[in-house]
Amino acid sequence: MFQLNINGRVHKVDAEPDTPLLWVIREQVGLTGTKYGCGVAQCGACSIHLNGEVVRSCLLPVSAVKPGDRIVTIEGLSRDSSHPVQKAWAELDVAQCGFCQSGQVMAAAALLRKKPKPTDKDIDEAMSNICRCGTYHRIRAAIHRAAGTKTAAADVATDAGNTTV
Amino acid sequence: MKKSMENIGSGQAQNQPENTARRQFMVGSAAAGGGLVLGMHLPFEIAPGIAPAAAQGAAASEINLWVVVRPDETCVIRIARAEMGQGTLTGLAQLVAEELECDWSKVATEQITPGQNLARKRAWGDMSTSGSRGIRQSHDYVRRGGAAARTMLLQAAAEEWKVPVGELSVANGVITHAGSNRKTSYGKVATAASKLTAPDPKSITLKPIKDWKIAGKPLRRIDGTMSKLNGSKVYAMDVKLSGMLHATVRECPVFGGRLVSFDDSKVKGMPGVKKVFRLNDITVAVVADTWWRAKKAMDALPVVWDEGPNAKVTSASIDAHLRTGLTSDDAFADINTGDAIKAIAAAPRKVEAVYRAPFTSHTTMEPMNCTVRLTADKAELWIPTQSAEASMAVLSSSSGMPLDKCEVYAMDLGGGFGRRIGSQDVVRQGVAIAREFPGVPVKMLWTREEDQAHGLYRPIAMARLSAGVDAQGKLAGLHVRVSGQSINAFANPAAIKEGRDRRQLQGLWDTLEGDAQIGYTHSNLRTEYAMRNTHLPVGPWRGVNTNQNGIFLECFMDEVAKLANRDPLEFRRELMSERPKHLGVLNAVAEKSGWGKPLPKGVFRGIAQFMGYGSYSAAVAEVSVSGKGEVKVHRMVFALDCGNYVNPDQVAAQIEGSVAYGMTTLHSEISVDAGRVVETNFHNFRVMKIAEMPKVEVVLPVTGDFWGGVGEPTICVVVPAILNAIFAATGKPVHNLPLSKQGLTLV
Ligand code: FES
Ligand code: FES
Repeated sequence: MFQLNINGRVHKVDAEPDTPLLWVIREQVGLTGTKYGCGVAQCGACSIHLNGEVVRSCLLPVSAVKPGDRIVTIEGLSRDSSHPVQKAWAELDVAQCGFCQSGQVMAAAALLRKKPKPTDKDIDEAMSNICRCGTYHRIRAAIHRAAGTKTAAADVATDAGNTTV
Repeated sequence: MKKSMENIGSGQAQNQPENTARRQFMVGSAAAGGGLVLGMHLPFEIAPGIAPAAAQGAAASEINLWVVVRPDETCVIRIARAEMGQGTLTGLAQLVAEELECDWSKVATEQITPGQNLARKRAWGDMSTSGSRGIRQSHDYVRRGGAAARTMLLQAAAEEWKVPVGELSVANGVITHAGSNRKTSYGKVATAASKLTAPDPKSITLKPIKDWKIAGKPLRRIDGTMSKLNGSKVYAMDVKLSGMLHATVRECPVFGGRLVSFDDSKVKGMPGVKKVFRLNDITVAVVADTWWRAKKAMDALPVVWDEGPNAKVTSASIDAHLRTGLTSDDAFADINTGDAIKAIAAAPRKVEAVYRAPFTSHTTMEPMNCTVRLTADKAELWIPTQSAEASMAVLSSSSGMPLDKCEVYAMDLGGGFGRRIGSQDVVRQGVAIAREFPGVPVKMLWTREEDQAHGLYRPIAMARLSAGVDAQGKLAGLHVRVSGQSINAFANPAAIKEGRDRRQLQGLWDTLEGDAQIGYTHSNLRTEYAMRNTHLPVGPWRGVNTNQNGIFLECFMDEVAKLANRDPLEFRRELMSERPKHLGVLNAVAEKSGWGKPLPKGVFRGIAQFMGYGSYSAAVAEVSVSGKGEVKVHRMVFALDCGNYVNPDQVAAQIEGSVAYGMTTLHSEISVDAGRVVETNFHNFRVMKIAEMPKVEVVLPVTGDFWGGVGEPTICVVVPAILNAIFAATGKPVHNLPLSKQGLTLV
């Protein structure tokens, strides 16, 4: 039996100690916003916050989580989808299929907590999540929007909607 | 009312997310009085700010197939095509809403199921979503549907007020009779409208496109944007049903091999394991109470395979097989104008090159999965599918349940790209598993490793191209020989007529038929295809054969231009006088990119144009290559002419996405060793990430006299434009992918 503090609530779960936190969250706790994409810490779809740090939950055994640890999943990032990252993402219509976006949003939120004014280089380094729909371009712009930083790259998404009508 | 979706998870959930917002699907008949509720609950996504269509189901009125109006003024627009991120749902709703003249902020959507379509004799038409057809093949009838609904709503108001309908006007769902200064709204007249006879859709005159107010505008998506950002969107992988079990499968890693045996004594006692069994001759399945436990048991399961006749196949042996097709005499000529071979032989200068475009995989972010429940009188399937009707056909054939007792809940896809259209392989597996547990829903989810190992890969191809240049520096002749695997031979042999599989020459066709015409004409031109199949299963991959053929033709064109000592843009233009639309996008991209203007030191440009899916694409890439062979793509500019634009911002998003999807082929291929796929997960199938993503700019020249696709057309120019820029930077053409084959890396 493990005791987990997820999104401010305590859950008691019965699982084998080697069960990855991802599957405890999805199958025992029932929060399915955190996705499975690779299971080998390569894609970032399973990103959560553990004590404020972004962590890939697919390789983290539940037994490694201490009772005092604070886990935040995408469902708990904000009460009403009002996190600046969520808002910027919606404004720029970042998501396509959306499957990777829980992880992208969690990674970006963690980046902004550490570096409120990230540079493009900071973004390149922190955002190693995979998106097969290829929303990278707007992710970059949305991070700058959420941070209030304005760079050449941040103009990109809005430029792209322009046409020569 | 029968529940078909539940929200009960296993385990000790204390704050179960409301992750299965339900809505009620109205299946009504106007003739029968409208609003006849058949009561079907579907798992469905409700867009933010839009009230669920579910509530007040009984009071909602079906005006016609496409439009349901609720008393609270919500206009529910029905969508028959699949949404996989490409934005078709939003575009289709814009087209209906444009003619309906409703309030866009009060639009909601609902997905048709194939069972509903079947029950109404396929009144909603084709539901499949591939070939970039979602909008270009349904824009006319969905607009007519919106216009017919508007006509009926106005007629209802006219009858109530006893005034001629011609005296009414409507805007944003508010109907006005100026003469008597009366107003009413769609929500108020919907019940009466639903009882009227529908006008003949053909009698309707559609709005001129220049008058569009909703369609053609860069509106935000309405397919549940915030639900994708707060974890509430339910993908098929997230479906929860009462008593559900979980399965995973393993198929023989070598295609053509067989399952010999497995030792289930090692895993039977593992926690939660319910069943380990032979699913078919090539597949073993494990079912458990959670997916993780099923996967863990599968990992521990000793399996013996008979790897069969292909166990020694390697990428090298496949390449050797394809190479025989470069010079063999079993090819057929498709375009054969003049005598290209003779003209090239007689030319003072000639160039020849062999290109190779390897296999690649779809690798959708959501791994393949489905959930099946079989009861005595019903077969149900929850699946991310590009063709809900094809999924239902396979559900029926493999379960033995007649079609009218089958239903498919097509969930929005976590990526499709062509993988989820054709063979419906997961449905067959899902049904075989569910058969073992009658009445119990079983969710089958592939591991990423299974997904990589059992794709329907983009076919491998090679090409030998030769050209001559005359004394004036003009093209004397061009000969293109493609050798490679055929998708039709694997998936649809009946499409191959008289041994000529023209599909593999997509984008090199001389007519517009097939929507992928070659952009050049010449008096000595020959295109050929020699079929060289392999043991890998293949299928359509975003852009399909325009990917390989775009690389072959457009990269070689730069080699010929160089031989002629000509600017690649100028050299192309000379061959395009009979192809005004191809030339139009080429000129547009040249202008927008500043072709010919100075660039920062070390940065070089490449250009390419190609056609696919009824649309014309051109791109310019700006690239630098370091001394260590590091390739940096700084900026890409695109011109896409798809005729009419339903949502230019979503067109731009598709172009941006095609850049990332295309550029991944610079990093990675699907290679073969010991008969199996080598790239088993993202550690060795390297996918492009944000750091490599260039700035993307888009120009959309408006021609307006046709409807082309959007999701696939631009990918075929992404790689050639970049490779041509590398050629400009290094003087060395790139003949093989991924880049590592030529000592280059994308950074
Ligand atoms: S699922 Fe954890 S990183 Fe991919
Ligand atoms: S939005 Fe589809 S994978 Fe990222």
